[in-house]
Amino acid sequence: MTDRVARLRAASLAARPTLTAERAVLLTRFYRAEDGRWSVPVLRARSFLALCQQQTIYLGDDELLVGERGPAPKVVPTFPELTCHSLDDLRILHDRPLTHYDVPPAMLTAYETEVIPYWRGRSLRDKIMAALSDDWLAAYDAGVFTEFMEQRAPGHTVLDDKIYHTGLRATQQRIDATIAALDWSHDAEAWAKREQLVAMRIACQAVLTFAARHAARARELATTAPEPRASELRQIAAVCDRVPAEAPTTFWEALQAYWFCHLAVITELNGWDSFSPGHLDQHLAPFYEADLAAGRLTREGAKELLGAFFVKFNNHPAPPKVGVTAAESGTYTDFANLNLAGLRTDGSDGSTAVTELLLEVIDELHLLQPSSNLQLSRKTPEVVLRQTLRVLRHGYGFPSIFNADAVVQEQLRQGKTLADARAGGCSGCVETGAFGKEAYILTGYFNLPKILELTLHDGWDPRRGRQLGPRTGDPAGWQSGEELFAAFSTQFRHFLELKLAGNHCIEQIYARLMPAPFLSVLTDDCVARGRDYNAGGARYNNSYIQFVGIGSLTDSLAAIEQLCYQQADLPLAELVALCDHDFAAAEPVRQRLATSCPKYGNDDDAADRLMRRTFELLVASLDGRPNTKGGCYRVEMLPTTCHVYFGQVTGATPDGRRAGEPLSEGISPVQGADRRGPTAVIRSAAKMDHLQTGGTLLNLKLAPSLVADEAGLTAWAALVRGYFALDGHHLQFNVVTAEQLRAAQRDPAAHRGLIVRVAGYSDYFCDLSEPLQNEIIARTAHAAF
Amino acid sequence: MATPTTPLRGRVFDVQRFSIHDGPGIRTTVFLKGCPLRCVWCHNPEAVSRGPQLSYLAARCIACGACVEVCPQGAHTLVGERHRFDRAQCEVCGACAAACCTQALELVGRDATVDEILDEVLRDRIFYDSSGGGMTLSGGEPLAQLEFAAALLTAARRAGVATAVETCGYVPPAHLEQVRPLVDLFLFDLKETDPARHAAWCGQEPARILANLQALHDRGAAIWLRLPLVPGLNARPDHFAAVAAQVRALPRLQAVEVMPYHRLGSAKRERLGLPATDAGLEPPSAELVADWIAALRALGVPVREASGGNA
Repeated sequence: MTDRVARLRAASLAARPTLTAERAVLLTRFYRAEDGRWSVPVLRARSFLALCQQQTIYLGDDELLVGERGPAPKVVPTFPELTCHSLDDLRILHDRPLTHYDVPPAMLTAYETEVIPYWRGRSLRDKIMAALSDDWLAAYDAGVFTEFMEQRAPGHTVLDDKIYHTGLRATQQRIDATIAALDWSHDAEAWAKREQLVAMRIACQAVLTFAARHAARARELATTAPEPRASELRQIAAVCDRVPAEAPTTFWEALQAYWFCHLAVITELNGWDSFSPGHLDQHLAPFYEADLAAGRLTREGAKELLGAFFVKFNNHPAPPKVGVTAAESGTYTDFANLNLAGLRTDGSDGSTAVTELLLEVIDELHLLQPSSNLQLSRKTPEVVLRQTLRVLRHGYGFPSIFNADAVVQEQLRQGKTLADARAGGCSGCVETGAFGKEAYILTGYFNLPKILELTLHDGWDPRRGRQLGPRTGDPAGWQSGEELFAAFSTQFRHFLELKLAGNHCIEQIYARLMPAPFLSVLTDDCVARGRDYNAGGARYNNSYIQFVGIGSLTDSLAAIEQLCYQQADLPLAELVALCDHDFAAAEPVRQRLATSCPKYGNDDDAADRLMRRTFELLVASLDGRPNTKGGCYRVEMLPTTCHVYFGQVTGATPDGRRAGEPLSEGISPVQGADRRGPTAVIRSAAKMDHLQTGGTLLNLKLAPSLVADEAGLTAWAALVRGYFALDGHHLQFNVVTAEQLRAAQRDPAAHRGLIVRVAGYSDYFCDLSEPLQNEIIARTAHAAF
Repeated sequence: MATPTTPLRGRVFDVQRFSIHDGPGIRTTVFLKGCPLRCVWCHNPEAVSRGPQLSYLAARCIACGACVEVCPQGAHTLVGERHRFDRAQCEVCGACAAACCTQALELVGRDATVDEILDEVLRDRIFYDSSGGGMTLSGGEPLAQLEFAAALLTAARRAGVATAVETCGYVPPAHLEQVRPLVDLFLFDLKETDPARHAAWCGQEPARILANLQALHDRGAAIWLRLPLVPGLNARPDHFAAVAAQVRALPRLQAVEVMPYHRLGSAKRERLGLPATDAGLEPPSAELVADWIAALRALGVPVREASGGNA
């Protein structure tokens, strides 16, 4: 990386995540003066305009690309119209050891005197919590499910190529034409549409104002800056003059155009996930090639701009989350995710010269944000996969790898056109969506092992000590796993309906009270329909519920099947009692449950068929259910960090897991339960029909010895291709580091599946003697990848 | 041939999927028990004996006493809070392994039919297709169970799975010749060229091995020659000069690999209660391995380090 990028990167890494009251105060003053004078969409757009007119403009010394959401890098605004933090919340954010944010004393004062007095009782969260049923609140409190929209707006969308060929001025003209064409004599919603469209027009104006202020600031700095910085500042000003008002003409302008749109989306609301550029390599390739041909840009120059672009993402930690929402997603990352390669709308390979540049930048900068993923199609050249694996070999876990062909099939099944499906991809963690044309909203995590716990207690929650679910019978009376699963299904459907009821309440509140006019400008067909992104204006509107712990659930069901019914030497009621006492004085039984029963992740049909049965229950109960926006619900198998929180609220489980320990994550096997290597894990995971989901997450740990050389790389690539031939959706690899091997030494039970392989020999790392383990750790630490 | 009422069974101690260092691509390696050699550095000591063995991993034991209750020989006892295993009393009936809740006690070696093993092998067929992999028979010496090995190779071939055999070469020439048409690739070990030393460290003279290697080569078999590198034993100029001379007589070898000695087999020896035959041996440093590879190349041997390195 260049010195400039190294300095920008170092500054970004050194900056502490800090909160600012600036946005909250500006917004509060705006609302005090303006609320009640405008329709809801216009009020929202005008508040956004006020922010773009008044927010502090930051333009740092080394910067080429400009714009921050806050007054400086890593300074994060709050969104009191959605969640009005209490002073206690702010102190917790300041004091907590993990995902901590500095809270300046002045912010506490501003909140106490201005922000809280206005927003307490008016924030959307207050309205949502007041509207939800007691049953919903009890299940939420018990940890049966979480709720994405209780602190953050529906976001989670990705841009397509529209900003690279259409400027905002042209978009404003299209909005004007749509307003002019409204059919007031026939269309009963004409007024609502006009207000929405006017709001979109104002939102465009807000972003143009924000860009113009950056141009002016750059010119002002240029008057006193020495050369060559003064020239750079004049060029920055020229870029900001042009984009996003007009379509970009250069690589630099293209990146700056995206960045202004990104900032606008994450300033207007705090959507979760933030926003993503989608197929960046495809979008940038024409600019890159034209600039190279015209001699305006070199390869290194392009990498420098990309490096500066990456640092911008890293400068933006997620808005602060508190309570359960912080636990389910305990990370600074805001999940912007770049797609590499994939397919073009005509079905051809989407990798470009920029794909290679991006992979180099990912490898060199190694930043938390943005995330990145390879969209691997059958058509993707092997050299692109191998370059990706070489980056992964460094153990960062990124890029993750998606099956681009499956992603297209998943979307066709959801009713999208072939071209829209191919232009789509994945964002956030693993979610599939039609880029630039879809509101695909994650709505919350759902705790499957907790449902089993409730089932085994006739609907009673041992942790909270209350009847939470329906009465489905005393386990002592069940004669088979079938009867158990029937009761489980009843409990599951009960809580799923509760979750859906809550979702529908929240969706309607957002649709009416919290439109997102600028995000609507960027998302087809909101302008054409005159409808907001949050109200079904997008062309496609899939909603997801993310199910957690299918590995833990499967292993629990398999253990019950084997010990309670097939071998029939441990009555289920007795096993439940052991779980209730967290296996106190019953370690041999716990060991049997943990090691001697069929386990998901070993290509063992005895376990895997139970996984399939649960998965089919999820799909049958949820897939295709309508949401309030004209779209459908889809199954998602994703944990983020929620498997840890869900584990904390779930008692001991029949797979031998102790109370409070984490659940399995994604569709990965229970930690340490996979004992037959990665192909067995993949075969187990592929027994689920991924094409019926909107995304699944499979994490594989590999010992470095497996991938150290070219033969290992070839096998690794074939492993990925094999999983995708079985319609697997996503793979993420952790090449185990020396540090992690030390962790395995300390906690062998959680790492029993970790295999050390040498020619003609293999063994489990945790079964080796300590000196041998140390020998391997030493070699790993020095491995020269 | 086996009749339908008594299906042929082989004695297998492991079926290892995602083997990527035992031939090309992603492979499933079937490890058969029994070996005619007794190499002091052996890294699969559980493969030497044909009979089943009891493996005891003390670190996993929680002293629950289940083995004490089921052992007919009284080989297991609890002394206070600690488990004691007197291997001299053990008749390897496997009752304790079946009762052990932590798998601290495991029976190594099971009898399986060709169909049972093939069923496991075929599970990863999609990965063989994507990588150019297949099935490798290893051991021990897989050809020591000739009839079973031949039947398994035949069945794999019929199912369209590429085959490899990892052999020490110390087998009757007719046995090699019998399986040669069923094998796409031989991984052939050449451990020591000096007859006396070979006899001392591996238990047999190498003459038959060298003759088998030459004959296999001359009949057109695809061969990767594998050279263990054990410092203090065969890491000698005279041995590698002899190897080079041998290789010159084998112009159609597909590859020559150096296999650096590693100590991992000692962990298994401990679990099986076997003597530490490799006590005092040290794994070669990366520099030493590189030096020998360079030396061999200087002698005209197109050698590479076995994929996967040493750990």
